[in-house]
Amino acid sequence: MRFEVKIEVSPRKGIANPEGSTIERTLPALGFETASDVRVGKVIRLQVEADSSAAAKTIAQDMCERFLSNPVIEDASVEVLDT
Amino acid sequence: MSQRVGVVRFPGTNCEFDTVDAIHELGGQAKVLWHGDSDLGDVDAIVIPGGFAHGDYLRCGAIARFSPIMDSIAAFARNGGPVLGICNGFQVLTEAGLLPGALQKNIGLKFLCCMQQIQFVSTTNIVGLGARVGDLLSIPINHFEGNYVCSEDTLKQLEEENRIVFRYTDNPNGSIGDIAGISNEPGNVVGMMPHPERATSMLLGSNDGSSLIQSLLAAGPIPMA
Repeated sequence: MRFEVKIEVSPRKGIANPEGSTIERTLPALGFETASDVRVGKVIRLQVEADSSAAAKTIAQDMCERFLSNPVIEDASVEVLDT
Repeated sequence: MSQRVGVVRFPGTNCEFDTVDAIHELGGQAKVLWHGDSDLGDVDAIVIPGGFAHGDYLRCGAIARFSPIMDSIAAFARNGGPVLGICNGFQVLTEAGLLPGALQKNIGLKFLCCMQQIQFVSTTNIVGLGARVGDLLSIPINHFEGNYVCSEDTLKQLEEENRIVFRYTDNPNGSIGDIAGISNEPGNVVGMMPHPERATSMLLGSNDGSSLIQSLLAAGPIPMA
């Protein structure tokens, strides 16, 4: 079966995220005074062939650990989307 | 003597010829090595120069570690061979696991291109021959992702093992501990954000990079413990 997978890579807590901070400082200019903890990461979508949704998730997590994210500065979360 | 230096070129590398010219100027021999080849040939040292290897896609240096030449460079480094990563080359070395930590976007979100003062913190490595701890050097930086980061444990280890090679005197990019360059434990692998190859003549504004490259040229393989 083919599964659509969404991988979110975001800066780890405690790692400075200058893009997020810049956006956070800018939002009040439009009247959005209540936003905080803005963090910018990236989303990677891919399809993977696997026997089950759980297996697809395991494969994608392995990709994250070995390549798609850098554990020194990034966290990754994997979501297998309903198809 | 590391008289013959292999300068690695990935798709997107753009400092290989500056590096080759600087090495020639300082009396060494240099040749460009293609990333897709796994044979390093008859070289005594390796430089991974600056640029945007593989377009810096995903993360700086993340794709470069899959290039065939990287396995050979890792083996060369394991045998004590001198390996210097400059700027993008430093990023490649961290992604390849030859140096710890990572380089993220500059704290001010600005691409920085300017002369920067750095200070020697450790000289027991391939760029430190003839230098003294505390020596100040003016060497240009040219990067967007030069903000060095590592875990607290790693930072402590780098300090205890005397592996911080340079610190900025006026931190331009937010690097933890003002770090501008580090080495591996034996000192034969060094990564640094500043570009010594661009500081080899007073015509370029500084000659302070020459001694680092001369040190690399004079370095032999470092004996492995």
